[in-house]
Amino acid sequence: MNYYLQILTVIMINSILAVSLNLITGYTGQLSLGHATFMGIGAYAATLFTLKLHLPFLISIILGASVAAFFGFIIGVPTLRLKGDYLAIATLGFGEIMKNILLNLEITGGPMGLRGIPKVTNIYISAVALFLVIFSLNRIMNSRVGKSFIAIREDELAAEAMGINTTQFKILAFIIGAFYAGLAGGLYAFLFRYINPKDFGFMKSIEILCMVVLGGMGNTYGAVLGACIITVLPELLRSISPVIAQYRMVFYGLLLIIMMIVKPQGIISAPSSNKKEYKNSLEKGGQ
Amino acid sequence: MELLEGNNLTMVFGGLSALNSVDIKINKGEVLSVIGPNGAGKTTLFNLLTGVYSPTEGKIYFRKKEIRNLKPYEITKMGIARTFQNIRLFGEMSVLDNVIIGQHCRTKTGVFGAIFKTPSTRKEEALVKERAMDVLKFVGLEALHNEKAKNLPYGKQRRLEMARALATDPELILLDEPAAGMNPQETNELIELIEKLNDKGKTVLLIEHDMKLVMGISKRIMVLDYGKKIADGPPDEIKNDEKVIKAYLGESSLKEGRAC
Amino acid sequence: MFFEQIINGLTLGSTYSLIALGYTMVYGILELINFAHSEIYMIGAFIGLTMVSVYKLPFFAALLISMIGSCILGIIIEKAAYKPLRKANRIAPLISAIGVSIFLQNAVLMIVGPQARSFPSGLHITTLNIGGFRISTLQLLILFVSIILMVGLHFLIQKTKLGQAMRATAQDKEAAQLMGIKIDHVITFTFAIGSALGGAAGVLVGVYFDSVDPMMGFFPGLKGFVAAVLGGIGSIPGAMLGGLILGLVEMVGAVYMSRYKDAIAFAVLIFILLLKPTGLLGRSVQEKV
Repeated sequence: MNYYLQILTVIMINSILAVSLNLITGYTGQLSLGHATFMGIGAYAATLFTLKLHLPFLISIILGASVAAFFGFIIGVPTLRLKGDYLAIATLGFGEIMKNILLNLEITGGPMGLRGIPKVTNIYISAVALFLVIFSLNRIMNSRVGKSFIAIREDELAAEAMGINTTQFKILAFIIGAFYAGLAGGLYAFLFRYINPKDFGFMKSIEILCMVVLGGMGNTYGAVLGACIITVLPELLRSISPVIAQYRMVFYGLLLIIMMIVKPQGIISAPSSNKKEYKNSLEKGGQ
Repeated sequence: MELLEGNNLTMVFGGLSALNSVDIKINKGEVLSVIGPNGAGKTTLFNLLTGVYSPTEGKIYFRKKEIRNLKPYEITKMGIARTFQNIRLFGEMSVLDNVIIGQHCRTKTGVFGAIFKTPSTRKEEALVKERAMDVLKFVGLEALHNEKAKNLPYGKQRRLEMARALATDPELILLDEPAAGMNPQETNELIELIEKLNDKGKTVLLIEHDMKLVMGISKRIMVLDYGKKIADGPPDEIKNDEKVIKAYLGESSLKEGRAC
Repeated sequence: MFFEQIINGLTLGSTYSLIALGYTMVYGILELINFAHSEIYMIGAFIGLTMVSVYKLPFFAALLISMIGSCILGIIIEKAAYKPLRKANRIAPLISAIGVSIFLQNAVLMIVGPQARSFPSGLHITTLNIGGFRISTLQLLILFVSIILMVGLHFLIQKTKLGQAMRATAQDKEAAQLMGIKIDHVITFTFAIGSALGGAAGVLVGVYFDSVDPMMGFFPGLKGFVAAVLGGIGSIPGAMLGGLILGLVEMVGAVYMSRYKDAIAFAVLIFILLLKPTGLLGRSVQEKV
């Protein structure tokens, strides 16, 4: 595949990752530091379904995403039941443990990873996948379910007082996010034809978080924009100076701090309410 | 007929009892006010009734069912709604969506229904929106339904909180200092609104400092002081109760006159 | 063998306790998981290493300078990355904290490179033989220094005016402010003390394993947090106890499953969150409404 088409395909896969983390962190207000882990689970599971069970591509990646969602449930239940930010630390630890497991298991190929995955993912498949993810996510966010997610982010106690089982809905957001991330992982595996545990480490999780933070938390299209920038930037940097590209984590760290302090709503800010319209509606009898 | 009954309610925080063996009974259809000096335990009482805290001791029955171990969302579903002393709206959401969220426990669209927009989802969403607009009309905020909640002026935010609570379709509604920070005109409008609510058959439990409001609309008043109930009766009786006057104005004022 | 594992566990555990104290103190006051704490620990170790290997200072002088350096670093981090977000929503400081952690880790990586360095402490280390059990004097030294630091902290918190202000702020920030306590000073001080302890832990572990590298903070940081949760987050005696227990559990567990040694702490975290989220010595916190 041509280099530019490949980059475009990666942008779409990264967009799915960013959009799904945005559901957990941007919309529901829960910080997950292990999003790449769910991507990895999806990638490994989908690959194994194809290599070992000879399932067709489509079924493999959907099953792979479901396995990721199941792990999301396992991590979510103990940590999201509680107030406080235990999810952040639990996902951080879970990511490392998962890496350890993948490195040690025989079926996952240990540090060598898995090879010989058929190349199926292309620009069209990833575009359709991204479209379906955004489409379904928009539908969820406009529904009772999505509104409950935002209510939890805005004020957990008030959400509970409105009859929302906040634990259940936080876990639900986490499971959906893990499912989408697993799907992205499956696409990734069938694009690069080779996966190993390092592809899905902490660094990748932070990269995804940077996409969300840069584009604007709580904004699906912002997350896509963030994914574009964070995918293309290292490629550009690499052509200028390989050393800078190598140390891009330093830049990511700074980016997270500076964005939080200077522009927490991201480079695309959510459409701010129209002051004029508000005035008009007041005069029309808002009294 | 009593709607809610709390017996021997006690709440201890780190060795200090915020509420000490308080009995409360709310009859169906009445407006009951809880008054008392700051720190008397009024909001703690609200938090016990709505499941935010679990009482150290005592039992709570709502429609004869025990609710002391239920979570706040379960209690809301049973028919008790509340507002908060320090307004807790979903600021980034629209006025309409705040009220739509209020209907959460009366609706059931799930993830799959949302993604595939099944006919039942469409029907539910249309109904929810219609009901939300009705509630907004009831409190007089329908013209502002597209505005972000955080952009409303203070008095309207309080109204929106009431609308949101009302949207949960409660039998009993708990209002925590609804008139706080309101000007006299806004307070008058609030009195009308509470009366309208009561006329619709909602039972109201009110915490309030504004005596004009309390005396005007309460059928019964309960007075707390240092976590204990010191009086319970109709407004006229409470006005002349010596213990109440003492709690509010201190010992010396007894000779000078009445509390309110 | 068993006795030696216990000593190993306690030695390691005492360093977890030192790290956990930093987490728990900050969490008690700001309800923030200070992810940068693991990097303060790592940088503390590097400062100590530089003092002994470049400036040829004796070990205890290096330890002290490392603590002072970590303390200053902690204060800078708080002022630069957390203070501007005091009024922001809950998730912003958390993201900023993870940003600081990543920045520091990779900045150090960029400067010194990824390879681990040994820590020539210059201490004379022997192995004592007490009734058939073998203990190294280094282990005794680490335990001794940890205990001294924890006793010092206990004194500071229980007996000084500043400690009183810290306790008051942890209980009720608004009330403390009304009583004339300068919250900003208390927060700065909390970061300073917590960071000094974290830096000390870094030096001790660096000497113990004779190895210092830019990634060394990751797992001890995670485990320090687990220790804090295990003891009851916000509780200072809890952090001390949690660290020791975690060290013991890990050493005993490592006998049976050495490959997944690092997973033990994580399993402990999940168990404690499921069974007793308030931890061993934590009090249940009621949200103010």
